[in-house]
Amino acid sequence: MSDIPRAMRQPFALKFGSAAFLAFWCLLAAFPIFWIAVMSFKSPVDAFAANPFDVIFGPATRAAGDGLSILDIVVGVVVLFYTVKLALGWLPRKVVEWAPGGQVWAGWIIGVIGYALGFVLFFFIVLPAVLGVLNPILGPLGNPVLGLTTIHYQSVWVDNQFYQNFLNSLLVTGGVVTVSLTVGTLAGYGLARSGSNIAFWLLIIALIFRALPHSVLVAGYLPVFINSAEILRPILGENAPTLYGQPLAVIAVLVSINQPFTIWMLRSFFQNIPNELDEAARVDGCTHFQAFRWVIMPVMWPGVITTGLFSFLLAYNDFLVTSLLLDATNQTMVPAIAGYFNRETTTTDQVEAVAAAVSITAPLFLLVMVFQRQIVSGLTAGAVKG
Amino acid sequence: MKFKTFIWFVGPSLFLMLLFIAAPLVSVFLDSFRITQPVVQTVETETCSAGFLQQTCTTTINTVPVIDEETGRVVTTTEWVGWLSYERVLEPRRAWDAIRSFDYNGLMQIDFWAALRFTVMFTLVTLPLVIGVGLAIALAVNNAAKSLRGPIIFVSLLPFIITPVIGSLSIYWLFVGDGILTRGLEAWLDRDIAMFAQAWTIELLMLFYRVWHVAPFAFVIFYAGLQTVNQDTLESAIIDGASRWDRLRYVIIPHLMPLIVFIALIHLMDSYRVFDEIVGFRAQAYVISLQWLTFDFLAADDAGNRAFSRASASAMLTMIGIVILLIPLLRRTWRDHKGGSH
Repeated sequence: MSDIPRAMRQPFALKFGSAAFLAFWCLLAAFPIFWIAVMSFKSPVDAFAANPFDVIFGPATRAAGDGLSILDIVVGVVVLFYTVKLALGWLPRKVVEWAPGGQVWAGWIIGVIGYALGFVLFFFIVLPAVLGVLNPILGPLGNPVLGLTTIHYQSVWVDNQFYQNFLNSLLVTGGVVTVSLTVGTLAGYGLARSGSNIAFWLLIIALIFRALPHSVLVAGYLPVFINSAEILRPILGENAPTLYGQPLAVIAVLVSINQPFTIWMLRSFFQNIPNELDEAARVDGCTHFQAFRWVIMPVMWPGVITTGLFSFLLAYNDFLVTSLLLDATNQTMVPAIAGYFNRETTTTDQVEAVAAAVSITAPLFLLVMVFQRQIVSGLTAGAVKG
Repeated sequence: MKFKTFIWFVGPSLFLMLLFIAAPLVSVFLDSFRITQPVVQTVETETCSAGFLQQTCTTTINTVPVIDEETGRVVTTTEWVGWLSYERVLEPRRAWDAIRSFDYNGLMQIDFWAALRFTVMFTLVTLPLVIGVGLAIALAVNNAAKSLRGPIIFVSLLPFIITPVIGSLSIYWLFVGDGILTRGLEAWLDRDIAMFAQAWTIELLMLFYRVWHVAPFAFVIFYAGLQTVNQDTLESAIIDGASRWDRLRYVIIPHLMPLIVFIALIHLMDSYRVFDEIVGFRAQAYVISLQWLTFDFLAADDAGNRAFSRASASAMLTMIGIVILLIPLLRRTWRDHKGGSH
């Protein structure tokens, strides 16, 4: 510590205050999310118990015969640790080894899906079976100490068919990310490389569009979408579709709402790529489009991934647009959870709603874990350079 | 780049924005001046029941919608009604009466004015809090050991990344009647507490939620900005005898000023459209926002009707706030542009 100049050294009170504030913030940031995750695994009596330790250890849940023994916890933690370790070390190596050159991304998709499936099979089917045999043999180590039940998840996902909402969410978010990146990279490149007045005004108009409340736009879509069969009949004939309730229409809407943000962000990433790169490609005889596709895009992946993440978040988190433009049969996850409000009369219903909420949050949690660096760079891209 | 190539690149994006942002704006503007409603006719029906000596007959006059004979649908007409929809949303006469008699509660009985009050209050109160808390976290993280920074950033990102409806729900469940924090507060203060039975506690929780949700965004941006503070300036400030507070006040904050403006702008835009909190906290009986007002008009009521023209009027009124917000920004951009950065 002696190499720090004296004036920069901090008094103990300041150090302590700053550390305490940080600890308090971390607690504040994580507590609500941690708490609903804990609640979702308990029986209703425990989930809304007055004593916080009852919520964590779940005596009523344990009394009902659902619980983890010390052995379960130790084995579970070890398995989880190695899962993460393998996912970070072994999996990338194997993907690069096995995927044919140039199609590493396809290898990644297959690798990740296979890995996730293997984990689910092992963790939720093989492991409980093995531990079920081991627990009774071990005596005190095998007695349940931590109440835990997955019954709410079962009733949400299986009985209430939440998986259909999940599939709808998957369709909508997948569509939004793909289309908005395709359209957005083209526009972002064009805007970054053109210094003309039109490009400037387009960006300003996009900024204005960015500020519009979404309800204003939905007020414009809804009457048209509901009556679209009649409006489009003169053009498309008898099989004109009713756009209301169509996931494809919602994808188009969300892509457009997201476009202003996407092109601003991608433009700032494209501006970081030196202009000389395109010029070299152009000298070698590429057209603008070829230069874009074969020279610029290969070095743009970080920017594309970051922008894709934010498109994903917008589509995944949206409540307003999806709840108004989709009907009950093809609802996505976030509006579907509002359906629990009306039924939320017993505490069991409440805990089921909590389980549904945790199910929606889990993918986002994984996302932050894997892409933390990209999210941070995306947040700062617009601000620090802009 | 030639203009033609430029259009090829920008075209698809431009087309989508025109079709799904500009066109709806025009149609909302037009819809706010007209009303589509079913054509009704009055039908006189005579119902008779058997009675002694004479039948007793009653004649009732019903209004029923006209139904198209061929398609079996309700016939509708669309009329231009001028400012009628706006009047229905704003209720100017009632509002003016309330203002003239200094009847604050009377004014707040009208949905639009209540929504406007909450939205503006929400925007103005959260703004300094978000910037302050974000800056404080950034300074504290910058002060922490390097090995801790990664995990702290991870934890801090969670409130930002979580679905807004779910985030507000997670706080709702802590404070609901038998939630853990309500129980804790009740035990501590030794009295009954119902957080969701009056407006001001709900508003307090909504303010807390929004700061919790957006402060990480401000933090990440400030943290990135802190990495580029000029160390030489800091050192000369120390040599000149500036205290820690002086350094923060005169070196670091001016350096972060562009970022503060950026965050303020983004936050103004976003918090003006406060909506998800109302859904998450189920606050609609006590507190509503401008976006929620439009949403409520658009959502189908029990009979399946949607109040499109009132929704359009309230949407246009919401727009006015955005325009007021953007004018100073646009004027500055225009000055910079003319000043010739290009």
